[in-house]
Amino acid sequence: MAMTTTPEAVHSRAEATYRPAANRLGLWLFLASETFLFSAFISSRFVVSGTDQPEHLNQGLALLLTLLLLWSSISAFRAEAAIAHDNRRLFQREMLTTIVLGLLFLVGVGLEFNEALADFPANTIYGSSFFMLIGLHAFHVLTGILALGVVWNLGRLGHYGSDDHWPVEGVVKYWHFVDLMWVAIYPTLYLFGGS
Amino acid sequence: MRQLLRAVIFGILGYLVGAVLTWLVRGGSLGDEVCVVFGYVVGLVGWLFGIGMGDTWVREWFGLPARESEVTGWKRYLGFSTNHKVIGIQYLATFIVVLLLGGVAAMIIRLELAQAGEGILNADRYNQIMSMHGILMVAVAVAAILGSFGNYLVPIMIGADDMAFPRLNAVTFWLIPPVAIGLLAAPALGSFDAGWTAYPPLSVVNNGGQILFVLAVTTFGLSSILGGLNVITTIVTMRAPGMTWGRLPIFVWAAFAASMISLLTTQFFAASLVLIAMDRVAGTVFFDGAAGGDPLLYQHLFWFYSHPAVYVMVLPGFGVVLETITHMSRKPLFAYKAVVVSLLTIAGLSVIVWAHHMFTSGMAEYLHGPFMFATEMISVPTGVIFLSAVATLWRGRLWMKTPLFFAMIWIFQFLMGGVTGIFLADVVTDVSLHDSYFVVAHFHYTIMGGMIFAFLTGIFFWFPKITGRMINDRLGIIFAVWLTIGFQLTFLPQFWLGTNGMNRRIADYPEQLEGANLFSSISAYFLGGSFLLLVYILLSAARRGPRAGDNPWNASTLEWQVSSPPPEHNFSGQPTVLGHPYGYGTAGSRHAEFAGVTTGGPTPPEPTGAGEGGDNE
Repeated sequence: MAMTTTPEAVHSRAEATYRPAANRLGLWLFLASETFLFSAFISSRFVVSGTDQPEHLNQGLALLLTLLLLWSSISAFRAEAAIAHDNRRLFQREMLTTIVLGLLFLVGVGLEFNEALADFPANTIYGSSFFMLIGLHAFHVLTGILALGVVWNLGRLGHYGSDDHWPVEGVVKYWHFVDLMWVAIYPTLYLFGGS
Repeated sequence: MRQLLRAVIFGILGYLVGAVLTWLVRGGSLGDEVCVVFGYVVGLVGWLFGIGMGDTWVREWFGLPARESEVTGWKRYLGFSTNHKVIGIQYLATFIVVLLLGGVAAMIIRLELAQAGEGILNADRYNQIMSMHGILMVAVAVAAILGSFGNYLVPIMIGADDMAFPRLNAVTFWLIPPVAIGLLAAPALGSFDAGWTAYPPLSVVNNGGQILFVLAVTTFGLSSILGGLNVITTIVTMRAPGMTWGRLPIFVWAAFAASMISLLTTQFFAASLVLIAMDRVAGTVFFDGAAGGDPLLYQHLFWFYSHPAVYVMVLPGFGVVLETITHMSRKPLFAYKAVVVSLLTIAGLSVIVWAHHMFTSGMAEYLHGPFMFATEMISVPTGVIFLSAVATLWRGRLWMKTPLFFAMIWIFQFLMGGVTGIFLADVVTDVSLHDSYFVVAHFHYTIMGGMIFAFLTGIFFWFPKITGRMINDRLGIIFAVWLTIGFQLTFLPQFWLGTNGMNRRIADYPEQLEGANLFSSISAYFLGGSFLLLVYILLSAARRGPRAGDNPWNASTLEWQVSSPPPEHNFSGQPTVLGHPYGYGTAGSRHAEFAGVTTGGPTPPEPTGAGEGGDNE
C-alpha cells in the first residue's frame, strides 16, 4: 500500500537508499570505460611499432616514477582509512603526501619528456606512442591531483566523517586506477622487447 | 535564459583565452589548428561552467553551497535543468532539428546526383555536404532515442523519480550544443570532407575544418559515455521494490544493452580521433606510412566503436518497437526472456565484428573468415527479436493506430536491411559490393529503417504521455504511408545502382546510371517532403490536439499510470511492482501498484472503445 506522503518526502527517502550504491557503481562504470580508452592507446603502440624499443630509455627514472606512484597509492589508501576512523590529522597528512608524490611524478615526467624529445622525437613512430601514452597518463595524474586537492581542502574545512566520506573514497579509487594504468603503461613502453 | 547567455559569453571568452594564450606562447597565426584546439577546450570548459556546473559542482568543490536553478515554465528547457523529463524533451527537440538539418544536406546531395557530371556542386563541395550529412545523421541515430526516450521513460518505467546522477545528466545534454557549433562552424576553417568516418591519411592532411570535426565529435562521444553510465546506474540501483530484472519493460532492457555498448566502446572512437588530432597538431606519425605509422590502425580503432555504434542506434529502436507492438496488439511480449538474452548477446557480439568493414582494406587475410563468421552470428539474436515482434502480432487484437502502423513498417524496413546485410558480411560478395551504392542503400534501410522509423514509432506512441495531447491519427497514417513509399522509391534503385557500379561518396558517375539516379533523386524529394507533414502534425497536436488523458493506449507499464505529462517527481507514492509488465489477456496478472492504483489488472482492456484513439472527436 502506498503511503500518503508528499512526493518530496518519498524522493528523499528513496535517495537515501540507493545513493551509496549508485555512486559506487557509477564510478566503477567510469573506470571500466577509461580502461577501454587506455587499452586503445596501449594496443596502438603494439600495432604501429610492435615490441621495438629505442636505444636510449631512461630505465632508472622510469623505475623511480613507478615507485613514486606506488607509494602514493599506499598513502592515498592510508588517508581513506584515516578519515573512515575520523582521524582527521592523519587524513590530511597522508592526503598531502599523496599530492606531493603526484606532483613529483609530474616533474619526473617533465624530465623524461625533455630527454626523450632528443632521443626519439614525436615524429618517430616509437616517439608517437611514447608521448601519446605518457601524456594521456600524465593528464589523468593531473586531474587526480586536482581532485585530491579539492578533497584535501574540504577535509581541512571540516567536511567528511567516518560515515560520510564518499568523495574521499571516490577520489582515492580514481587515484588507484590511475596508478594501475601506469602499471600497464610502464611495461608497455619500458620493459617489452628491446635487448 | 540567464544561464544560457552566461554560458555563451564564457564559452566565447574561454575560446579567446585559450587561442590567444597559445598564440602568444608559440607565435604563428591565431587561426592555426593548435590555437583552435586549445581555444575549443578552454571554451568548452567555460561553456560548461557558465551553463550550470559553476553554480553547482564547482561551488561545492570549494565548500560553498550549490545554487540550484529555480526557473519554471518553458524557460526550464533553455537552462541547466536536472529533471530527467526536461532533459528528455531537450534531447527530443534538439535531435528533431538536427534530423531536419541532416535531411536538408541529403536533399542537396540528391540534387547534385540527379544528373551525371558536375551540377550545382563541385566535387569538393559535394564531399563537404556529404560529410556533414553523414555526421549529423549518425549523431541523430546514436542519441535521438537513447537521449530522449531513454531519459524521459527509463526512470518512470522502473518506478524511480529521476536518473541516478541528475546533474551529470544535465551536463550530458549541454555537451551537445558545443558539438553542433563545432560542426557548423567548420566551414570557417575550410570544412571537412573526409566523410563521417574521417579515414586517414585524408583526414590528417585536409582542410582545417577537420580539426573542428575531431573536437566536436570527441565531445559528442564524451556525452554518449556519460549518458550510458547514467542509464546503467539508474537501471541497476533505482528500480522500485519488486521490479526484478525479469519484470523490466523491454525498452528498459534495450536501453541497458545499448548503454553498455556506448559506455565502453565509445572510448575507441575518442582514441582514434585523438590520434588524428595528434597527427595534425602535435606532429606525431601514427597514420603516416612513410614514417612507420599505419593508416589501418585508425580503421581498427574506429570500427571497434563504430560497428557497435550501429547497435547503440538500433537496440533502443528494437525496444521501442517491441514495446509498441505488445501494448497495441494486446498480447504479452512473445519470448520475453529470449529477447532479453538476444539484446545482451548482440551487445556482446557487436565488439567482435568490426573488421567486416575492412575486407577490402588490405588487412591480414586470416582475419576475413573469423570476422565473416562472427558477423553472420549476429543474425541469430536479431532473428529472435524479429520472431518476437512477428509472433506478438500473430493473432493479437491489433489496434491500428499510427504507432502500430509505424512499428509494422519497421519490421519490413529492418528485414530489408538485415537481408541485404548478409551480402556485405560475406567476404566473397563484399569484395565486389564494398564502397558501392549497395552499401548506401543497405545502411539506410538499417539505420533509417531500423532507427528513424523506431524513433517515429516512439514519437507517435509516447507523444500523448509527453505532451498530454493526442496526435491526429489520420494525418499520422498518411505520413507513415507517404514516408514509406518515398523511402522505397528512393533507396530500392540504389541497390541496383550499387550492383551496376556506382561508387558511394562521389559527385559524378557514368552516364548510363543517370536514369535510376534521377528517379532516386525525385523520390528523395518526395520522401523529404513528408517530414514537413511530420512537423505540421507535431506542432498542431502540441497546440490544439485533443486531451489525451493519463492512459490513452490502456497500456500496463508504469509510465501510463501517472498523469500526462507526469508530475515533477513522477509518482505520488512509492510504486511496488507485483508482476510481469505485459500481462494482457492473462488471468490474475498484475504489473504494479501505487497510490491505490493497480495496473495491468486481470481483465485486459479492450482496444475498441477503450481510450481516445486520437481522431479529433
